[in-house]
Amino acid sequence: MIKINGMSCDVAGKTLAEYLATTNFNLARIAVEKNGDVVPKAQYETTVLEDGDTVEVVSFVGGG
Amino acid sequence: MWEVAELGNIPEKEVWYRTLEARHGKELQEKFSEATVAICGLGGLGSNIAVALARAGVGKLILIDFDRVDISNLHRQQYKAVQVGQCKTEALAENLREISPYGLFQTYTTKITEENLQELLKEADIICEAFDDAEEKAMLVNGILEKLPEKYLVSASGMAGLGPANDIRTRRVMKRFYLCGDEVSEVRGELGLISSRVMLCAAHQAHTVLRILAGVQEE
Repeated sequence: MIKINGMSCDVAGKTLAEYLATTNFNLARIAVEKNGDVVPKAQYETTVLEDGDTVEVVSFVGGG
Repeated sequence: MWEVAELGNIPEKEVWYRTLEARHGKELQEKFSEATVAICGLGGLGSNIAVALARAGVGKLILIDFDRVDISNLHRQQYKAVQVGQCKTEALAENLREISPYGLFQTYTTKITEENLQELLKEADIICEAFDDAEEKAMLVNGILEKLPEKYLVSASGMAGLGPANDIRTRRVMKRFYLCGDEVSEVRGELGLISSRVMLCAAHQAHTVLRILAGVQEE
């Protein structure tokens, strides 16, 4: 299992890009952290999610 | 480059710093005085962050914005009616020099991009993301986390409308990345940004900066 934003998700083996495609996240408005480090945008397609990973997707909203 | 204010009848520098030290303690004030903080975007968040940090005696502020003061900014941003039409960088630096005459303020009137962010922000110890647009926020945060991983970053998301003040919070997302706001309240429809709630969020950001400088941080 992989913990994503605090929830256990059964997505081991998928790439980050594949996982994100199943969600409502707008890719232009997010930053993704995996196991304490940022995942560069250019690596979403090559980053494979593995059992035990902790992922956090921060999604920005407008206003400031 | 770092311009010192030339103002009229103001307290002498030594008296100024002695007074700050009396409030914050000498050791803490030295940490504040030696710090360089960059503020990216000088709107409702950035202008209020800047005022809080200037008052606390943060030594150097790097102020970055491409825009000019508009009448529609005055309900929440730290500008004056007579400054409508001025560059925000210059108008804010002017106001900050009146507040904190011995602070050093460096301005860049330019749009921050993935290409120039490293150069603009290299001198900063801590960077505040204070943009308005969600995609620009994401661009800057990703850019800083990827290209300037040694910097502390204090970002904000979700502070529009009249939601509860207590929903605004600060969260340590990564070791050097903090996020302030309720993370959901976006500008949409008729109800936009309300001065008090934007100031709450800006205060969270400024307070996080001071806590980082003081070395007291959440787990």
